[in-house]
Amino acid sequence: MSRIKDTFAGLAGTRAALIPFITGGDPTLSATVPLMHALVRGGADLIEVGMPFSDPMADGPVIQMAHQRALAAGATTRGIIDQVAAFRRDDKRTPVILMGYVNPVETMGYGVFARACQAAGVDGVLLVDMPPEEAADWRAEAGHAGLDTIFLLSPTTSGERLAIIGAASTGFLYYVALKGVTGASHLNVAEVAARLAIVRKTAALPVGVGFGIRDARSAAEVGRFADAVIVGSAIVEKMAAAVSTEAMIADAETFVRGLRAGLVRGEGLRS
Amino acid sequence: MSYEQPDERGHFGPYGGRFVAETLMGPLVDLERAYHEARRDPAFQAELAADLRDYVGRPSPLYLAERLTAHAGGARIYLKREDLNHTGAHKVNNTIGQGLLARRMGKKRLIAETGAGQHGVATATVAARLGLSCVIYMGAEDIARQAPNVRRMRLLGAEVVSVTLGSQTLKDAMNEAMRDWATSVDETFYVIGTVSGPHPYPAMVRDFQAVIGQEARRQFLEREGRLPQALVACVGGGSNAIGLFHAFLDDAEVALYGVEAAGKGLASGRHAAPLTANSGRGVLHGARSYLMFDEDGQIRDTHSISAGLDYPGVGPEHAWLKDSGRARYVAVDDEAALAAFHALTRLEGILPALESSHALAYAQTLAARLGRQAALIVNLSGRGDKDVETVAAYGEGKTCRA
Repeated sequence: MSRIKDTFAGLAGTRAALIPFITGGDPTLSATVPLMHALVRGGADLIEVGMPFSDPMADGPVIQMAHQRALAAGATTRGIIDQVAAFRRDDKRTPVILMGYVNPVETMGYGVFARACQAAGVDGVLLVDMPPEEAADWRAEAGHAGLDTIFLLSPTTSGERLAIIGAASTGFLYYVALKGVTGASHLNVAEVAARLAIVRKTAALPVGVGFGIRDARSAAEVGRFADAVIVGSAIVEKMAAAVSTEAMIADAETFVRGLRAGLVRGEGLRS
Repeated sequence: MSYEQPDERGHFGPYGGRFVAETLMGPLVDLERAYHEARRDPAFQAELAADLRDYVGRPSPLYLAERLTAHAGGARIYLKREDLNHTGAHKVNNTIGQGLLARRMGKKRLIAETGAGQHGVATATVAARLGLSCVIYMGAEDIARQAPNVRRMRLLGAEVVSVTLGSQTLKDAMNEAMRDWATSVDETFYVIGTVSGPHPYPAMVRDFQAVIGQEARRQFLEREGRLPQALVACVGGGSNAIGLFHAFLDDAEVALYGVEAAGKGLASGRHAAPLTANSGRGVLHGARSYLMFDEDGQIRDTHSISAGLDYPGVGPEHAWLKDSGRARYVAVDDEAALAAFHALTRLEGILPALESSHALAYAQTLAARLGRQAALIVNLSGRGDKDVETVAAYGEGKTCRA
């Protein structure tokens, strides 16, 4: 059983999983491992680490700036994978998923990238700009390396595509809660709940919800019906405002603890 | 052999496709469906043809540039005068088509990216005429170097948004337009200006621009009673080149030359010539194609004197035409493009866009090589009024050898 599967199975019926996101290498590569441990101390159930890209088209300004900071400080795709390997030496339990864009992964080669992830203890990968229709080769390589392939669902996903995405996904499904980019602020919780009910009719996997969850209150609301709550821009924004690396790590932990406190036993969770 | 590209998923061989976040997949499927219906609808085609004739001023002339020919000393150089279109470039052929499609789909708002500003002006023009609201994304660097077009867009009622992230050029404007579209898909139509982006854009923009080559082929046959030896067009994303080439793809005896921007020279690394430099295969802005990126897959900054060619990628169909050998790609640097700008201005009384000047520079070299029995067509894709300031900054007339 994979770490991702274990984690969702362990929580089944009790509460939603909390998945904080940070951009790897932001502000420096050396800050990434301590940050990941801080997120776990704060209550993260899984950790999502962004692989920096020069042209993050699905991201809003907060995460765009994080990508720019990370690249300016010398972060690379291999560098991020190395940080996961370092994190894994002290944490064998918390699943880690990498989120990124196709070009750096294709540049490394799907097979090389997948094997490097496997060796480092990465559990799953989400490539934002690669829909299942273009992902046959990638999925084959990820499968060989035992990586989960996570794909996005969105408010614009048709029933037909829901089936295609469900069939291509392993680990969990990532539901994009709103039409827009990361960090947007027009989340409509009731609408997300209604859409998720439709998704659950066909999807066998747990469903995480991300984009637009900015604070403990919206995390708690979404956590009542989602299997996982994914929070990115709100954390990255807090980090960017910190006066020192130590303060940044402490702030991230405190913020995650606040998010985690609001996630309680909910209704509508699959058991 | 008849040419049938792309396949039903938008692939030109290994290129093209649809690499976007999930939020845009549904809208792209809707767009593809709407476009296929419109294509087969005689009423849509009739309205498009009437607009191209009465509003754009088509057909554009095919002009024999006699003094430029004499200057180059070889093949007769014909100019396909897309600079004479309404708004001053080939871009309007496409924006008229996409504008009519947007109205047909019930969209109330047009957005677009622009580099040199020609596509932005052409989109703002169509928005004004159709009564749609319009937002144009443009890199801050390009806003500075193409000020006249920025003023035109604002006069036409468009909001011009300055993009200050990344390299502040066309690439970043396209990122920002895609983010807008993901946020506003219900009411917004994204008018992509070149044969790039996710399927169906490369095929759709090509189809709207193919009128250039259809006219040029007919005009040349009437004039010379045969086909030209070669076609020459500049390539940034590559829409004017695809537009000229397409009607000639099955004419194996006609050589096709795409001219990229060599900027400060290919060896300097400061260029925008992914095909000529044989940079690797990559994915950006929704499609796989030749692309300029570093060893970690990060997109490289590019350079060209011409904002419209200053882009690290290229349309996927050009990648396919290069690999298949049907078209050849070469690059012309800033200096040579400027010299060609001055040569056409002084010899023919035509100010070419700096983008088109790259094609004019290569055409003169090629004409000399082909000899006096031959003839070629250059796509004069746009007029150069917008570039007067840039050219002045480089020293007016300094590089003219005419």
